[in-house]
Amino acid sequence: MDKSDKPFGVEIHGEPGGELCLRLTGRVSLDTLEVLIPQTEAIPERWSPRRLTVDLAGVNYLDSAGALALLQMEESARSRSISFSLINMSDKDRDLFALIDRESLLPKPLRPEFETAGPLARLGDAARRMYRDFSDIMAFVGDLLIALLYCLGHPRSVRWQDVLYYMKRAGADGLPIVALISLLLGLIMAFMSSLQLKQFGANLYVANLVTIAMVRELGPIMTAIIVAGRSGSAFAAEIGTMIVNDEVNALITMGFEPIRFLAVPKVLAAIIVVPILTVYADVFAILGGLIVGITGLDLTFYTYIQQTQASIRLFDFGMSLVKAAVFAILISGIGCQRGFQVRGGAEGVGVSTTSAVVSAIFLIVVADSAFAIMMHYIRY
Amino acid sequence: MINEAEIPVIVVEELTARYGEETILENVSFEVRRGERFMILGGSGCGKSTLLKHMIGLLKPASGRIVVDGIDIARADEDRLREVRSRIGVLFQADALFGSMTLAQNVTLPLAEYTDLPPERIRQIIRMKLGLVHLAGYENHMPSELSGGMRKRAGLARAMALDPMLLFFDEPWAGLDPVTAAELDILIRRINEGLGTTMVFVTQELASIFSLAERVIMLHKEARGIIARGDPRELKENSSDPRVVDFFNRQAAATRSNE
Repeated sequence: MDKSDKPFGVEIHGEPGGELCLRLTGRVSLDTLEVLIPQTEAIPERWSPRRLTVDLAGVNYLDSAGALALLQMEESARSRSISFSLINMSDKDRDLFALIDRESLLPKPLRPEFETAGPLARLGDAARRMYRDFSDIMAFVGDLLIALLYCLGHPRSVRWQDVLYYMKRAGADGLPIVALISLLLGLIMAFMSSLQLKQFGANLYVANLVTIAMVRELGPIMTAIIVAGRSGSAFAAEIGTMIVNDEVNALITMGFEPIRFLAVPKVLAAIIVVPILTVYADVFAILGGLIVGITGLDLTFYTYIQQTQASIRLFDFGMSLVKAAVFAILISGIGCQRGFQVRGGAEGVGVSTTSAVVSAIFLIVVADSAFAIMMHYIRY
Repeated sequence: MINEAEIPVIVVEELTARYGEETILENVSFEVRRGERFMILGGSGCGKSTLLKHMIGLLKPASGRIVVDGIDIARADEDRLREVRSRIGVLFQADALFGSMTLAQNVTLPLAEYTDLPPERIRQIIRMKLGLVHLAGYENHMPSELSGGMRKRAGLARAMALDPMLLFFDEPWAGLDPVTAAELDILIRRINEGLGTTMVFVTQELASIFSLAERVIMLHKEARGIIARGDPRELKENSSDPRVVDFFNRQAAATRSNE
């Protein structure tokens, strides 16, 4: 038999209504299916033969996709009660056909294809998830509190080396970005407000505005958000990876308590370092305002600083440190909790890291609102 | 006078383990004797990892007792649990070395926690432990700098830091090439025979089962418990349970029916 060099060819021998023979030549495979199928799928219907024979003598390459196409041709023929046969198969072809399990071709999945649940079901799922999340967080808060109280009573049990390490990572290493953002914030606030204040000849009060806004609200919030992004995520990722690697299980079997060992140093470091960073943020923002004041608003260094000093009240400063400490606990707490929650592998770590930052920011805003309400009542 | 060698180190009595609604193990009972090399075998999903986690105190049973060195760890309080934990060592499948610490720091951790030894004495002990597993000199290496076989040995050194009388191994030969696996076998035998440490393994590695195991139990998913126990070489030849024969002869059920 002449095995032609063509990629694929089909010759039809016979008459409509009678015996039909398809001689296939060349490759019957994935790459030639797009030619094979259109040429052959209509044949049973158009020619309505009594018997259909497919001759594979001229085929020089058959793969599983090609075999599948032939099987489907057989199916289509049998469904029209046309008797079908494949002739001149090589041994290799026969082995290939034997490999295909016809049962598995019928769609009978063990599990139905995933359909997105209706909106009501999704709402229910979300509510359940939120409840479970809330109870997990409450449980963690309890455990963390117990661990912190234990450390208060047994200060030597705290891993101070780790506390110092995290103070460097969360605090000292974060200084450049906090300084930069606060500087810009001060610059922008001073510049934007001066556009309005100029009209009233009140340029001087730019200093007050920047100081009060930063010390009371923006300093603590911006610093907390930056720390949440830098350190909240880092804590979650670190603990999450340890969970995935069984390191937390190893700690437990060696008799260590994971929250005391892993979470407490991080929380203590955050409480120490975030208020300090907040003060730094305030200083750099005032500096930013100073730059605008001196270069754009014809204020002198002395005047600006004096105004700044006059507008800081000890109470505001104190409150900003308290806020910063509270934010620190929220950020490090939720960061650690999300880390401990990790299940699965790399993807699980990614999910909790993101969740740590988002949840931290949410908690910061909620806490800040609570503070704002409290302040309102304390002043009056 | 009671011969200490006759008191079993571990007694598991009517252990039932559940994950939520699903029962993994039901009324499993067995003993581990002092100084023996005991292996827990079975196919995927049979519950051998779950059983191990119960035995090392990571999971609490739905019902039943797990007595390790005389203490029922399912019901023990914190202090007693701590006592037991200081007497056992665990080598996890993923070696579970603390990635942020050097090998020396990894091994120091349990030593610093349970003893009051001065730093220099601890350093000597670490050098000895690392030497025992042929990792002398690697004190200041980080786990990520070591090969898989070396990490397993480092994990073993850490598990042995407090000279435990009981060591647990979770699939220790997984991922090791044949030569490294054979070397690990030699090391395990040396430690078991030299120190008399009782060893419990969870494994599917036939070669090491036949070369090391003194007694085994085989779990099965559908049975939710033990379907065979005893000497693995005997089970291979004489068991009447086709599942056991298939496992030890490394054959598929399909080929068996063709004989």
